[in-house]
Amino acid sequence: MDTLPTNIPLSTINIGSICQIVSLNLQGLLRRRILDLGMVPGTSVQCIRKSPAGDPIAYLVRDTLIALRNEDARQITVTLL
Amino acid sequence: MDKLSIEEHRRMLREHFGITTTPGQFTVALAGNPNVGKSTVFNALTGLHQHTGNWPGKTVDNAQGSFTYLDSSFLMVDLPGTYSILAHTVEEQVARDFICFGKPDATLVVLDATCLERNLNLALQVMEITPKVIVCVNLMDEAVKKNITINITALQKELGVPVIPTAARNGIGLGDLRHALYEMSIGLALTNPRQIRYSSEVETAIQELAPKISRCIGHTLSPRWVALRLLDGDQAFIDSITHYLDLENTLQELAV
Repeated sequence: MDTLPTNIPLSTINIGSICQIVSLNLQGLLRRRILDLGMVPGTSVQCIRKSPAGDPIAYLVRDTLIALRNEDARQITVTLL
Repeated sequence: MDKLSIEEHRRMLREHFGITTTPGQFTVALAGNPNVGKSTVFNALTGLHQHTGNWPGKTVDNAQGSFTYLDSSFLMVDLPGTYSILAHTVEEQVARDFICFGKPDATLVVLDATCLERNLNLALQVMEITPKVIVCVNLMDEAVKKNITINITALQKELGVPVIPTAARNGIGLGDLRHALYEMSIGLALTNPRQIRYSSEVETAIQELAPKISRCIGHTLSPRWVALRLLDGDQAFIDSITHYLDLENTLQELAV
């Protein structure tokens, strides 16, 4: 019986799902930007919308809508709530 | 290291920041996230008495405008809109350097009332650098539309600095803002900016570093802030501090 939370990339969560940030595998300026926007470990994120091509994706973080590229969202590890 | 005389300060502003003040004129730094109405506040306060230049040596614009209130003249310097001033971009560096080394008489941080949480990040960072901070909660009219109520009194108590609600595009709150800037500049406002407490390891390291930093730079800058930047390994900041305070290798040694 596996009761441990599953860590998955943010890019894989479905529209409407809410998850919690576990870690950011990002560096440099992008990492700083993501942190500045409030996406720190422990924060809740909800997937709101995906563009027709699937990229970028809109997420709701701390009452703000943020668009992330798929490749960047893939580097953010989350756990579903 | 002692405080600069008024003349030395004015010359430093001219040479390092391209800012020319009239004798006795107070300087106010205007900071805030992008899209919070910072330009609206700037234009509302300075009207047509403004001009745009650039920060010496950088390709970032620098808008300056003046206004008078009661018996005093103010030069407001519009800093680039940033989410933080931990200086990874030229804009952030420019904002940080001016607040740290330009020593404005007041720093006005404009926040968006409809997303306070994200905006507070910058305000708290600025409050780590200087106690002369006034927080302006703008877009109060937008907040009303979104059914957001803000307890300004409670916010002011939590932050420990004056908080002025405004709806700059409707001209609301500007009088209070001018008055708050005036009181801060003439030294009437006593602030107690809330400081972020870090983990015990970090706090212990700060306690160790702070006295040594004070001995180097006196009280030109908050020793706590400098300690945090050293612990962060912020090389850009070490370079800036060396440049502005002529300290050569002293801080570099401390950083190791």
